[in-house]
Amino acid sequence: MKLKIISALLLLIAGFFIISCENEQSIEFKRYYSEGAMVYQTRCQNCHGADGDGLSALIPPINDSLYLKNNKASLACYVNSGLKGAITVDKRQFDGVMPGNNLSPMEVAQVLTYINNSFGNKLGLTTIDQAEAALEKCN
Amino acid sequence: MRKLAIALALLGLWSACKPGSDKKTLPIFGSRTPISKTVDGKIVTDTIYQTIPKFKFVNQYGDSITNKSLDGDTYVADFFFTTCPSICPVMARNMLTVYNTFKNTGDFKIISHTIDPKHDSVPELKRYADKLGVTGNTWWFLQGKKEDTYSIAEKNYLVAVKKDSTAAGGYIHAGYFVLVDKQKRIRGAYDGTDPKQVDQLVADIKTLQAEPDEHIAQ
Repeated sequence: MKLKIISALLLLIAGFFIISCENEQSIEFKRYYSEGAMVYQTRCQNCHGADGDGLSALIPPINDSLYLKNNKASLACYVNSGLKGAITVDKRQFDGVMPGNNLSPMEVAQVLTYINNSFGNKLGLTTIDQAEAALEKCN
Repeated sequence: MRKLAIALALLGLWSACKPGSDKKTLPIFGSRTPISKTVDGKIVTDTIYQTIPKFKFVNQYGDSITNKSLDGDTYVADFFFTTCPSICPVMARNMLTVYNTFKNTGDFKIISHTIDPKHDSVPELKRYADKLGVTGNTWWFLQGKKEDTYSIAEKNYLVAVKKDSTAAGGYIHAGYFVLVDKQKRIRGAYDGTDPKQVDQLVADIKTLQAEPDEHIAQ
């Protein structure tokens, strides 16, 4: 009987930890996401649009989750160093020049968290550590 | 009887609040000078409005486009360059709205002048138009001598915005859409980066198109 009470209590405590841990994660996510929205508005929206749908065949949309997923490791470099040459997004060809942005690793993490979870994308958080690691590999 | 009086009073109030039936007219920008001339022995006073002068540019198809090519058209003019990363994509996105609204209207045109003719050659403008999804002869991308473009921009098209801008570098970079009527007078200027002002432009084009044709002194 005693054992049952103790194990029930332990379960309760464990459950509480899991929930609070999740909360912390979701708070962190929301912080990245809302800061990222500001970065997006000032640095990306002019070209990629408020709805992320790009501009005709001139500027690619950023609502193609598959493209974002397949290029997840390179996205930080695209943001900061720009992009040149032909790419296929949303089954369409684009061949323009995207200028680089020189954002801080924190801003890159924030804006990627925003983009990767807006416009129908659901690709989760990009942390500053992940952004820093990705940026080190840019050439 | 009293009821009737109240009803009449209410009717009077209601009609007083009714918006006037006279149609909205757009202002005419630029200077104007009165001229007097003698017609059939009588002295008649007329007004000379400032109009867009003669010009000659080349469009994305390599055709030469002059002021005459726009005779009888209401049109919108703006200034841009294809490699501009800042406000131009927003302007193009907003101008596409105007284009898509009026592309099947016969007497309407859009002319976008490049301010970087060195890079924006005729083939480059054609490529840009194609990628934007612009076909036919409703929207022309015009190329010419840089001095000519700057001169017509600052001395003619942008007179409508001059009074409220003292920005260095000129108004040419300010992203204005300028509305010109069939008589080549400027009737409005709109911030091409602001979707709300562009909605107003669309409404004003409709107002202009409903204006009766008139002949003005040139």
